[in-house]
Amino acid sequence: MRLTQGTFSFLPDLSDEQILKQAEYCLGKGWAIGIEYTDDPHPRNTYWEMFGMPMFDLQDAAGVLLELKSCRQTFPQHYIRLTAFDSTHGTESVVLSFIVNRPKEEPGFRLVRTEGPGRTVRYGIESYAVQAHPEGERY
Amino acid sequence: MEADTPRALFEASGVKAVLDQLDAELVGLAPVKGRIRDIAALLLIDRLRAQQGLQSQPPSLHMCFTGNPGTGKTTVALRMAEVLKQLGYVRKGHLVAVTRDDLVGQFIGHTAPKTKEVIKKAMGGVLFIDEAYYLYRPDNERDYGQESIEILLQVMENHRDDLVVILAGYKDRMDTFFSSNPGMASRIAHHLDFPDYREDELLQIAQLMLQRLNYRFDPAAQDAFARYLRLRREQPHFANARSVRNALDRIRLRHATRLFDAEHALTREQLTELQAEDVLASRVFAVADAQGAARRAA
Repeated sequence: MRLTQGTFSFLPDLSDEQILKQAEYCLGKGWAIGIEYTDDPHPRNTYWEMFGMPMFDLQDAAGVLLELKSCRQTFPQHYIRLTAFDSTHGTESVVLSFIVNRPKEEPGFRLVRTEGPGRTVRYGIESYAVQAHPEGERY
Repeated sequence: MEADTPRALFEASGVKAVLDQLDAELVGLAPVKGRIRDIAALLLIDRLRAQQGLQSQPPSLHMCFTGNPGTGKTTVALRMAEVLKQLGYVRKGHLVAVTRDDLVGQFIGHTAPKTKEVIKKAMGGVLFIDEAYYLYRPDNERDYGQESIEILLQVMENHRDDLVVILAGYKDRMDTFFSSNPGMASRIAHHLDFPDYREDELLQIAQLMLQRLNYRFDPAAQDAFARYLRLRREQPHFANARSVRNALDRIRLRHATRLFDAEHALTREQLTELQAEDVLASRVFAVADAQGAARRAA
């Protein structure tokens, strides 16, 4: 099951050229781009690991792609996303984020039913990948 | 196809404006200007070739500027970024000027991220490494400079269309640097040597600088300054245009002090005109006189 999180996630995966153009757009807006990765695809897992510092003071998107390539080399089977941080006073948060790398096989999610008192049932989801292996070896 | 003659394209691209400005604002430096012109021509012709569907591989434009202090290496590098931007060779046309401290780390594993950080910032523009020979310290084999050089080499080869690297430094020390890093020497296509300025060129530079600051020499001061330059050139630590700038700064100080004691209101004329006495108070004349006297006594 294909993970859909962040912007552009219902489109086919972006090519490097398209990623470059999106990064160019972000830099044009004055946003700082960061690269983050994780192997826990749960939708409520919002804090991913950062790959290096967010890239402030960048002028050209080629630098982003350079960093992204080295991240892909290190974590070829992880989810990787680009985040664009707007430091304007009053915003000061991530304003755009999209997935730029995903594992080859995405096993999807299992529906977990937890029975409570009476006849109540609580529902949750859990990735099959997360269940099968410890962190770092999931994909 | 009248509009597509090289000359029309040259003028339309804004390159001509930048080169003309280069001519107007930089005195002398004929070999450097010639090379910049050649590069501009090549890039323009390449663009025409591309329009015709001919093979046009962007040339390698990594450069090395050598020359004595104050010959305009940094200034030209800044202009180079503009020229390359106009020609469409680099995308952003900014200049990132760094020295050894910005590239080389202080402990194992510190150098690579530091160098890469700088390279990422310079992407789309020009990376200017001043005093590049400091990167390589032959006397210390554990020096991290070598690691930085290796990363630079890799980027210079693989990201040729993303950034232009310009190394700068004194001639003799750059020569030793290249002889111990043959990989670096072979990846740099353009070696530009900045000649020392002649006396009349230095005078011209001084006048340009004064003009920009709304000052001028009166005729006597001009003669005195020409004499000052002749004497100063023979003394140690002469740094071409930089020495001229420093001398002018000191002359302005003396000019200000002289006016400060005036009892009457100052005219515009007085505020702009530097007189011979401001120049002649320089230490350089005293030293030269002492030397002359010593020679006569001996």
